[in-house]
Amino acid sequence: MMNKNNCAVALLLLTTLVPTSLFAADDATAEQRGLEIAVEADRRDNGFGDSAASLEMILRNRHGETSQRQLRNKTLEVSDDGDKVIIIFDTPRDVKGTAFLSFTHKVDSDDQWLYLPALKRVKRIASRNKSGPFMGSEFAYEDISSQEVEKYTYLYIKDEVVDGRDHFIIDRDPVDPTSGYKRQRVWLDKAEYRVWKIDFYDRKDTLLKTLSYEDYHQYRGQYWRANIMDMINHQTGKSTRLKWQGYRFSNGFDENDFTKRALKKAR
Amino acid sequence: MFNRALLVLLVLLPSSYPNGAEWSNEVGIEARHFFSGPLNPKQYSNNLSLTFKSEFYHDWQQGDQRLVVTPFVRLDQHDDERSQLDLRELYWRKSFTNTDLYVGVRKLFWGVTESVHLVDIINQSDMVENLDGEDKLGQPMVSLAHTSELGDWEFFLMPWFRKRSFAGVEGRLRTPLVVDQKRARYESGEGEKHLDSALRWSHVISDWDVGLSWFHGTDRTPQLIAATTNGTPILFPYYPQLNQLGLDLQYTYEAWLWKLESVWRRHDNRNSPTLNRSTAAVGGFEYTWYGILSGVSDLGLVLEYQYDNRNGSTAPLSNNDIAVGSRITLNDEADSALLALISTDLDQRTRFISIEASRRLANSLSINLEARFFSNTTPQALLYPLRNDDYLEISLTHYF
Repeated sequence: MMNKNNCAVALLLLTTLVPTSLFAADDATAEQRGLEIAVEADRRDNGFGDSAASLEMILRNRHGETSQRQLRNKTLEVSDDGDKVIIIFDTPRDVKGTAFLSFTHKVDSDDQWLYLPALKRVKRIASRNKSGPFMGSEFAYEDISSQEVEKYTYLYIKDEVVDGRDHFIIDRDPVDPTSGYKRQRVWLDKAEYRVWKIDFYDRKDTLLKTLSYEDYHQYRGQYWRANIMDMINHQTGKSTRLKWQGYRFSNGFDENDFTKRALKKAR
Repeated sequence: MFNRALLVLLVLLPSSYPNGAEWSNEVGIEARHFFSGPLNPKQYSNNLSLTFKSEFYHDWQQGDQRLVVTPFVRLDQHDDERSQLDLRELYWRKSFTNTDLYVGVRKLFWGVTESVHLVDIINQSDMVENLDGEDKLGQPMVSLAHTSELGDWEFFLMPWFRKRSFAGVEGRLRTPLVVDQKRARYESGEGEKHLDSALRWSHVISDWDVGLSWFHGTDRTPQLIAATTNGTPILFPYYPQLNQLGLDLQYTYEAWLWKLESVWRRHDNRNSPTLNRSTAAVGGFEYTWYGILSGVSDLGLVLEYQYDNRNGSTAPLSNNDIAVGSRITLNDEADSALLALISTDLDQRTRFISIEASRRLANSLSINLEARFFSNTTPQALLYPLRNDDYLEISLTHYF
């Protein structure tokens, strides 16, 4: 580890002096290292099967005024593809009963449906709105979508100790050109490969948002979930806090619990 | 029959309810202003309406059984026909592996398009609620729904028919002659008790959402026939028997939604043999530009063409029409949204303009705006009776 660090520092010093083509090999190493970290983080979360949780979203505008939304979600792990997710809205009351179904994919765009309870209508919606806000919050659809290794290319940056925890820092660049981000800088702890912080850079490579994770709990002796996720938008001064509650694993969900028909029955 | 059942239910409302049960209620006030004076002196220019909707549901047996009760009440200032008490839903559901059994009154929707709903046939339209036919009366039924590898299968048996609602003498947005509901006639000798049936298959095949449906029973859309009641000219609704095959299809590609609905109808209509077979279709697209206006709002463009091969005296409203519209979603905290649609009849050149907007005012209070305009209405046009009925409606809904 020390050797690699020293190497990186030395390389940084040399960067200004030597033509970049000479560094192809070292870039490859940083890319490989970044990918290895992402793969390991993914591997550690593999096999959770299914989960359910409820969620409170607290939206805060730049004047400090807040509004709340209550949601519940169900997730089904799909091997060799992205997860299937149902999100049910409980408040605000005018959208109560609205439900959202998403088949996330590793590379292709996700498949998404929305159930509108007033009309009893299920609508397939376009999933090109990746960068659009989810329920008026600071979370974009792509932020809440399942995080798959294939969705990014990676670059190991450095190690850093924050709050007494040793972290890897990696940059990940979204593969999808419709992503709202140029890159994301991610802090993962070395002990458990949990994400503690993500800096989101917009298409102009300006810092747009920071997401911080707090209050991690371990489930079934393996899977870590944070109870608090705080997203701050640096450009608008707005923020959104997600408070997760009641995580349940091994609910026995199967594919039939994640269909358009299941969406109509969701409560 | 429904009103009486509903009254009994309201009286029996429990003051407390078991775990897994939930009540949601909403009360609304709606004000309508018509820009022109009425064609009939009995009609009004301004109208107030109060609505109340309640939804009760109770799940037990880990959600394998569910009871849903949804009464709806409207009290209208002027139109007695618009004041109503209806059971939108009153059903029990029992789930088995991959199969659900429903018994009772339900409301459901089939279809994909925005400007007209052709395949959606199970529920009768509640036309006094809104002209767009998106408000529906509850339909009594026994139905089975089954999910398989090859898609979803649904089977319906409907033992009781619901008559379409029409505005009364004092109401606006009506034909010059009032529709006399009490004189409704049916092709079937069994009348309202004709046993209707329907079958639907729907499936998702990657980017395609497809549905095929078959309906056999009493047509939800009546023919209106002139007659007199006690010397007063009126219209009475005549409900023929109908066999209908329906197709709904959506192809979703990036920011494009391509939509098609089509129906093939066969009426066994002794009164007008020309009506025997007909075809109708609506198709088009919705394209959305994401992240406009400071990067968070969406602007959608909707274009749909409506076709029906019935013409002459049997021509429906949407027989050769083009609908162009725009949907704006601000994606803000208040969920502000606007949908504007202009439908032009390419034969009669009449135009129907509809604008709907909504916004949340507080956590449990929202506001809706609706404006409708009927323009270029020549005396030959189907919309001619509505030429003075341009209106603006503002409604507030409180949830508790």
